Amino acid sequence: MSEAAALIRAAPALPCAPWPRHLLTAEAWRALAAALPGQPALALLALWADSGHVHALFRDEDTGAILPASVAVAAGAYPALSPARPAAAWFERMILDLWGHAAEGGTDARPWLDHGRWPVQAPLSPRPVPVGGPPEPPGFLPADGPGLHVLPLGPVRGGIAEPAQLRLAVQGELVVRLETRLGWLHKGTLALLRGKSPRAAARFAARLAGDSTVAHAIAFARAAEAASGVAAPPRAAMLRAVMAEIERLAGHLADLASLGQAAGFAPLPALCLPLREALLEAAAAAFGHRLMMDCVVPGGVAAAIAPGGEAAIAAALTRLEAALPALARLHDGSGSLLRRLVGVGVVTPALTRALAAGGVVGRATGRAVDLRRHPGYPPYDGLDVPLPSRQAGDADARVRQRLDELPHAIALLRELLAGPAEGAIGVALPPASGEGIGFAEGYRGDIWHWLRLDGGLIAACFPRDPAWLHWPLAEAAMAGGAVEDLGLVLASFHDSCAGMDL
Amino acid sequence: MTRWPRIRAGLRGAPPAAPPDEATAAALAERMAAAAQTRLGRSLAVCFLDAGSCNGCELEARMLAGAVHDLERYGITLVATPRHADVLLVSGPVTRAMQEPLLRAHEAMAEPKWVVALGDCAIDAGVFKGGYGVLGGVDAAVPVDLSIRGCPPTPGQILDALRALLQANATA
Ligand code: SF4
Repeated sequence: MSEAAALIRAAPALPCAPWPRHLLTAEAWRALAAALPGQPALALLALWADSGHVHALFRDEDTGAILPASVAVAAGAYPALSPARPAAAWFERMILDLWGHAAEGGTDARPWLDHGRWPVQAPLSPRPVPVGGPPEPPGFLPADGPGLHVLPLGPVRGGIAEPAQLRLAVQGELVVRLETRLGWLHKGTLALLRGKSPRAAARFAARLAGDSTVAHAIAFARAAEAASGVAAPPRAAMLRAVMAEIERLAGHLADLASLGQAAGFAPLPALCLPLREALLEAAAAAFGHRLMMDCVVPGGVAAAIAPGGEAAIAAALTRLEAALPALARLHDGSGSLLRRLVGVGVVTPALTRALAAGGVVGRATGRAVDLRRHPGYPPYDGLDVPLPSRQAGDADARVRQRLDELPHAIALLRELLAGPAEGAIGVALPPASGEGIGFAEGYRGDIWHWLRLDGGLIAACFPRDPAWLHWPLAEAAMAGGAVEDLGLVLASFHDSCAGMDL
Repeated sequence: MTRWPRIRAGLRGAPPAAPPDEATAAALAERMAAAAQTRLGRSLAVCFLDAGSCNGCELEARMLAGAVHDLERYGITLVATPRHADVLLVSGPVTRAMQEPLLRAHEAMAEPKWVVALGDCAIDAGVFKGGYGVLGGVDAAVPVDLSIRGCPPTPGQILDALRALLQANATA
């Protein structure tokens, strides 16, 4: 066990299921921050807060141990982690915006989600401050240097895209730096979740990011179940996995299609979108909703597969499987697409490790990160989830990783559907008090939900969308790249905004 | 300035090839006739704008724009800028941060212009009603001509609504 992990474990453990949360003194937290640079295996997965504490979720990548750690906020501040973990910077800005806790010694204290348009400041703090005066325009990093000019893009980016503001510092045709400003979609979802029962709050969890509605709903439900001391019945876990794998296939197909569009390679969307459509229609036949929104509920699932649903899924899978060779040929055989992807938007394994990147983005640099291989995630414990196959970390590797994952997900779905279809599909959650963490592997990567229940109602919560760790990588991947590759690189990462704008 | 009455299409579950909602088309035709001039002809340029959605509505709009439904067959084209658009297709509750970008997009459009609210959130903020970061439905920021219910609406329902606009134009 590393020194940093030992520091966390030495602190008193508070009840949180399935992993106790360690409450560090400010001194121990500082020691942890100081030890982190020498301990690259301790990955920072999330950083968030409640009214009195700041919480961090770590994973020891050597042992697989999950380590939640907290520190009390004193005089409105806590020791920053961003000098040791670059991914902490956006979280620290978010914590300042939502709760008003300042990261002492942090690398960046500019607002993130708060664009100065809310009626109050620090809306999640016990005493939000009413806002007076006009909003200030968002501050970007200065870009002055010989021959540098700035290309401002967004927040409305044209086409069908989520709003994001981008600033490209450009020298000639080369991008020196890409800086992103998100928060345009901030609705105040965490405030809406507070005081609700998990059942009522699940509708919000399902709408954090529509493209990952199933995965977010699973992670949220598992957190609520852990906090309540119950587990969804095996059949519910099986049905959740069926939905999650359909979402994975549909999501990968959508991402491949957008990549084809960004590359100006029309055959890719022309092949992928009808296949995706068939899957969505099968999902509608099986679960009553094309995206399967609200089909996962705390305690289980809303309904079993409707009559005819299994046949519809099977038919969509057969169709997709039959198209896989054509899909591979499109990618491999077409010089034009390959030429545009190879060596473009590269992120190194060292960088994806430093950012704790999961999902396709992490796996395309050879990282063995897939929560479906993590113990305690039924029904995947009994199923074979293969390791990643790609190393190069460029747009091509991310495309190939997605292509590789299609047949795996098809096989998983067939295995899941062949299992016994008996037993309860849900349990009722008792009105419990407690704390829990839930996770799921979405098609964009690992999703984590933490929540605290007080008498069966949500007292505090935080969902960690994969985009938190992937957007900074897309920024890094653009540095030194060509301006004209921006759309392609962003499409190869597919960094969503809704899930992290909250 | 006249504020046109809002028209809400209850375009529910209709298959993509079904004729557009007659009542909606008629109501729109009235507005079209009242408009001083029309430059729509028989085609419709649509610009999409996400004003705060969960991205579920975008997914379905993208399916509509993709290869599954041949939009061009109906004379509908997607354009990247509001300057070239007849229709602004807006999803999501309007967040406070997106109010200004939405207003600017709306101002950039030439008359006659149409705003379509895509999805339950765009109609009245949906589940996000009351969020401190939410201004309201699209009509809290700009006048809305046509609403498409659903969370999210299916590509077929979106297509029906756009065809209703087209038909209104043709009969105006
Ligand atoms: S209507 Fe539904 S799918 Fe559309 S943005 Fe709102 S929550 Fe998402």
